[in-house]
Amino acid sequence: MSAVLSPTPATPAAAAPAARGSSPWLAALAFAVLAVAGFFSPKWLVFLVTMAAANGLVSLGIVGLMRGGVVPFGQGMVFAIGGYTAALLFNKLGFTDALGLPLVGGAMAALVAAPFAPLLSRYRGIFFAMLTLALSMVTYGLLMKLESLGGSDGFNLGRPTLFGSRLPDARAGYILFLVTIGMATAVGLLARVYFDSTRGLVTLAARDNELRVEYLGGSVRQAMAINFVLAAFCGGLGGALVVMSLGHVEPNFSFWTTSGEFVFVAILAGWQSVAAVFVASTVLEVVRSFSSSYFPNTW
Amino acid sequence: MDEGERDVTAMLQAHGVGKRFGAVVAAADIDIGVAAGERVSLIGSNGAGKTTFVNMITGYLKPDEGRIVLDGCDITALAPRAITRLGVARSFQIPQLYGDLTVQGNMLVANACHDQQLSFWRPARRRAALDRADGLLERFRLLEHRERRVAELPGGTRKLLDIAMALTAAPKLLLLDEPTSGVSAEEKFPMMDIVMSALGQEAMTVLFVEHDMEIVARYASRVVAFYSGRIIADGPPAEALATDDVRRYVTGELVHG
Repeated sequence: MSAVLSPTPATPAAAAPAARGSSPWLAALAFAVLAVAGFFSPKWLVFLVTMAAANGLVSLGIVGLMRGGVVPFGQGMVFAIGGYTAALLFNKLGFTDALGLPLVGGAMAALVAAPFAPLLSRYRGIFFAMLTLALSMVTYGLLMKLESLGGSDGFNLGRPTLFGSRLPDARAGYILFLVTIGMATAVGLLARVYFDSTRGLVTLAARDNELRVEYLGGSVRQAMAINFVLAAFCGGLGGALVVMSLGHVEPNFSFWTTSGEFVFVAILAGWQSVAAVFVASTVLEVVRSFSSSYFPNTW
Repeated sequence: MDEGERDVTAMLQAHGVGKRFGAVVAAADIDIGVAAGERVSLIGSNGAGKTTFVNMITGYLKPDEGRIVLDGCDITALAPRAITRLGVARSFQIPQLYGDLTVQGNMLVANACHDQQLSFWRPARRRAALDRADGLLERFRLLEHRERRVAELPGGTRKLLDIAMALTAAPKLLLLDEPTSGVSAEEKFPMMDIVMSALGQEAMTVLFVEHDMEIVARYASRVVAFYSGRIIADGPPAEALATDDVRRYVTGELVHG
């Protein structure tokens, strides 16, 4: 206390906040390195990283919610909505653009999630987790029953186009890889900006002490609702990107084990680093890939 | 200042406010008007209804009856956030801080929450926010602790930070809940000097709950004494503290009877 009451020594002004300037350059560098490495890598590795980046986007949305102190166990729902939206657009409407499909998938997932956001923003802990899980399992049940959507088998879609051009057979996987890591880089950068913003800080504060946030004039429920919708967009985006590379969509996208994998990656990554989410997602994909090879039918 | 004069100029008015918790009467028929710029101390024994009254003003509790009006706006049914937006801020008996963040980080949280245009892209650690945080920390002589984690701070420093955070919103009404509780006898006056000096730069009305009558006598311009949820005295400190009811039920100088 004596230190508190002593005259404050002249303290130099705080150093200027570290510019966010380094993040875009690091992200661009990571994208460039991956793009070059992907060009020379075997197809199985390119596909693995594509899946890791797309799935990482879903986990990134979960991390955004985790920063506010809630963990959703039902991101499979938005993952499936994004995937089905992209696949249906492709098959029913003939919209095949590799950049447009994921964006529409993400937007549709956010649109479907938005009405639930005000309700879910009232809940915390296990209640939030179970409600999101319930939503995803209801979606799973619907997708299983709807024969028009392929029922339990799902359905296939063809190869997307890019700027109106058909992707060459030999390079289709690589181009989709570029699209996926490009979108992951862009969304990752935006997530970093958001996490460091005033809204991002309010989310972080809400995790520790909601009452104080309210007494300081911030809205915890608004923050939670916005985070839920943003996480849905990320989930839908990831789902559509996965579907484009897999060429197939099925109800298992919304099954609880799929949601569990996304949560596992988010927990593995923690809530501080955006890059860690994609690293953790890659680790899971590597484990899954080798498990499938060496221990078939046990994953 | 008589009651009539006070009501005319009051920025905060409570009309017949009552609150019960089961059979316990926490507030009964509270009528009070607080003029702009007053430094009002709320005194009373434990359970007298002081903090309940503060909690009703800030929206944490809703009165069972009566109305609370701030600058002509009925705030009785408003949520804490809405009341905060109208210019009411508070500190807590147990400081409500973010222990894992630094002192400066806590101030940035306060700044972010206060920001009317919460932005998705505006950095929380931008220059203007840092300067504002440092300015307030300097007023509370906390600048030297700026980079320390709150969990490492002593109790008095936390109290000051709690109040500094409340001031981020530049409120017109500030409520301090026992600002010197848990602070040692020799440190309470220097601490209150810092608080009052910091507040002196703002044209602010202050209500503070206090048990220490020396603090009350020195820093309050008016005293409102509570007992069993009712107001038993209201006036300048010298007068209010000298009433028989206050001496009997608050300070204990007279034996109950």
